[in-house]
Amino acid sequence: MTTYLFYFLSFLAIMFALMVVLSKNPIHSVLYLVLTFFAIAGHYVLLNAQFLAAVHIIVYAGAIMVLFLFVIMLLNLNKDTEPHKSLWLKGSAAVASGSLLVILVGSLRGAEQIIASNPYSNSIGLIENLGQTLFKDFLLPFEVASILLLGAMVGAVMLGKKSIK
Amino acid sequence: MSAIQTIPINWYLLLSAVLFSIGILGVLFRRNAIIIFMSIELMLNAVNLLLVAFSTYLSDSKGQVFVFFIMAVAAAEVAVGLAILMSVYRNSKSTDINILSKLKG
Repeated sequence: MTTYLFYFLSFLAIMFALMVVLSKNPIHSVLYLVLTFFAIAGHYVLLNAQFLAAVHIIVYAGAIMVLFLFVIMLLNLNKDTEPHKSLWLKGSAAVASGSLLVILVGSLRGAEQIIASNPYSNSIGLIENLGQTLFKDFLLPFEVASILLLGAMVGAVMLGKKSIK
Repeated sequence: MSAIQTIPINWYLLLSAVLFSIGILGVLFRRNAIIIFMSIELMLNAVNLLLVAFSTYLSDSKGQVFVFFIMAVAAAEVAVGLAILMSVYRNSKSTDINILSKLKG
């Protein structure tokens, strides 16, 4: 049962990811990317990371993708008039990414021999454990992330202004 | 119902590698800068998936906390990147990535 669910979600994720790259219309690309994120959220649920699945859907499908959609509609790119690369460049792009895939798969062999140092626990992905880890071991990175977000907000506002005096 | 008893971690490694390669393909294949941004998001998500998989298989919640930080960085990156894209579009009326080759000077 779980295995079939894994196959199904993986098939959906890979197919929608390919459609993101290959579809002509940018709006369709965004919508396929949202579907890819839902498939990945399904994988998170399968891996017992329920809280992360919820945050993933809220942040990616809810916030980031809406930002993409907003920019595409603002720039009026919803027609398939974009220039395309030459066939030679497209072929070499496919060859390059295929060779990268082969290298990744080859170099990641043997990773199944890892041994868990902690006993197996069902509640790793629950919000209680994550909060304990986040606010005990990662308190300083957590605060630095807030500064990063503040800086990104100021930078986005400054870049978005019409003219910088 | 849990994936960890029935599914070996190799499959998650393979799935993440495939998703990451599709992201690379998108960056190399397209000229629209927005699609390139989306492919970068796809690569970040491939890495996130692998972090969550290893976190579950090793019973260590630190990997999942890292995913939160990656999400924060991705949100910041998208906000600034799309703002840059807007100003590029305002100057050149196009999101073609080849426009930016004039930065070579």
